[in-house]
Amino acid sequence: MTTTATPSRTVRRRRAVRRGSGLRLWTWLVIGWLLLPIAVMILFGFNDTSGKVNFTWQGFTLTWYEHLFAIPNLTDALLNSLGIGLVVAVVATLLGTPIGMALGRYRFRGRGSVDLLLFAAIAAPEIALGAALLSLFIILGVPRGYGTVVVAHVAFCIPYVAITVRARMAGYDPTLEEAARDLGAGPWTAFRLVTLPMLLPGVVSGALLCFALSVDDYVITSFNAGRTVTFPLWVYSAARTGVPPQVNVMGTLIFAAGLLVAGANVLLARRRAG
Amino acid sequence: MSRPPARRARRRPVAALAPYLMVLPGWLWLAAFFVAPVLVMLSLSLQTGDFIDGFRQTFHVGTYGDALATYHTQLVRSLLYGGAATVCCLLIGYPVAYWIAFRAGRHKSVYLFLLLLPFFVSFVIRTQSWNVVLADNGVVLGPLKHLGLLPGDFHVLATPYAVIGGLAYNFLPFMVLPVYVALERVDPRLLEAAADLYAGRAATFGRVVLPLSLPGVFAGVLLTFVPASADYVNAAILGGPSTTMIGNIIQTEYFTNLDYPGAAALSFLLMGTLLIAVFLYARALGTEDVLEVAAR
Repeated sequence: MTTTATPSRTVRRRRAVRRGSGLRLWTWLVIGWLLLPIAVMILFGFNDTSGKVNFTWQGFTLTWYEHLFAIPNLTDALLNSLGIGLVVAVVATLLGTPIGMALGRYRFRGRGSVDLLLFAAIAAPEIALGAALLSLFIILGVPRGYGTVVVAHVAFCIPYVAITVRARMAGYDPTLEEAARDLGAGPWTAFRLVTLPMLLPGVVSGALLCFALSVDDYVITSFNAGRTVTFPLWVYSAARTGVPPQVNVMGTLIFAAGLLVAGANVLLARRRAG
Repeated sequence: MSRPPARRARRRPVAALAPYLMVLPGWLWLAAFFVAPVLVMLSLSLQTGDFIDGFRQTFHVGTYGDALATYHTQLVRSLLYGGAATVCCLLIGYPVAYWIAFRAGRHKSVYLFLLLLPFFVSFVIRTQSWNVVLADNGVVLGPLKHLGLLPGDFHVLATPYAVIGGLAYNFLPFMVLPVYVALERVDPRLLEAAADLYAGRAATFGRVVLPLSLPGVFAGVLLTFVPASADYVNAAILGGPSTTMIGNIIQTEYFTNLDYPGAAALSFLLMGTLLIAVFLYARALGTEDVLEVAAR
């Protein structure tokens, strides 16, 4: 009975292979689906279209790379985004890193509530954060603009830095710093020479994450930007009438820069490990 | 020789304060620009008045009832679209996470990287790209219509399918990653043990793998459902007048109608509903796990 009911070993293996390859095909289909809009973005940056309607393929051109900055307010929006991203990355990293270190290193009263605060800030839907801050600024009569966007972005970035740094602290051995102190290093020197270098990859990834989140953010920005226009805001408002190819080119360049930074990060991590 | 103990004694109170001093600046920022705004929004939602004469605190709870009565369609629609997108993400993403966790071998990180590639492109541009792909006479529908395979007035944009598809597209990685993390933690010896006990593949999956992956599924559901329900970019770019979500309404209320109490009440209704769900889930799971997943 057993010999007839159970399929032979080769049949079973063949079936397993077939089943595995079905999932593999599915995975590749999903990856294709995920990458399709990116391919379209890159491709339509080379589209020889006239004017703002960039929906159908008209032939290959490099003209949009040449005239990348031909639309002054789009260029301004991009510069605004990059500038805001830079300030936000610095401020949020300065504020978030110590939180991550404290959470990773000390057990203290109130630790749980700090955890909860970070969790709530990450879990709350963006629109609620944006609307709540806008309400505050309306009540206080603060005019919305560049500054309020920075304030808003720093607020939603702090938890991400804190969590990234805390994850890095998980592998940290506090006796190293104590050893440095025993060898005569003051608290600041021990921090600078022992703790900081160990922490640095976490801090750098936190800062990069902030920059990326800030440059990409639409929802919170749209609530608090006033008349200031950032790159995502510009693209959003253009989406109804037609997005000019320069947007595709800028998107492509940001994509390429992101890949370069990510690649460099991986290489550095490998070199450090090896 | 008597010096070090004295120094250590003096250091101790500072050491006890250290974590508080480190947390304080960032905590103050979050208190001022996250906690306080939420309270202010709550207060604003209970005020009455208008934009020109100003608003006064009257603790008028009726605004919530009015907001619900006027916009319950959009609120329910947001939850439905968010739910549908979450189900799509689960059905599409679970097999992918499963294959990467168990079958991708040495190349796991490559596949994960490919799944994360969309995050290197701006959210608005990604969504706008679908607008190009799905355009009424665009690269996909144009040729099909030209060949007569589709009627001339066929369209995908401005339908619920376009919005739900866009949401599923944008939030898929938030489902795949936590499920993958949970599956990756499954001890392969458990699978061998199941096989040794004559469990077939279906039984092994149903009684061993699936239960062990449920925490990841719960986390993924949260990370997808909350932002998808609250999103309005997809509805604005890919949708039409009949696919308006609650986010679009909140934005219009704030910026076009200048009805701040109404808008605040709507935001609160949305946030309240979603946050309660999140904290119930988080309690069941332990916040640490969800945070860890959220940070990825």
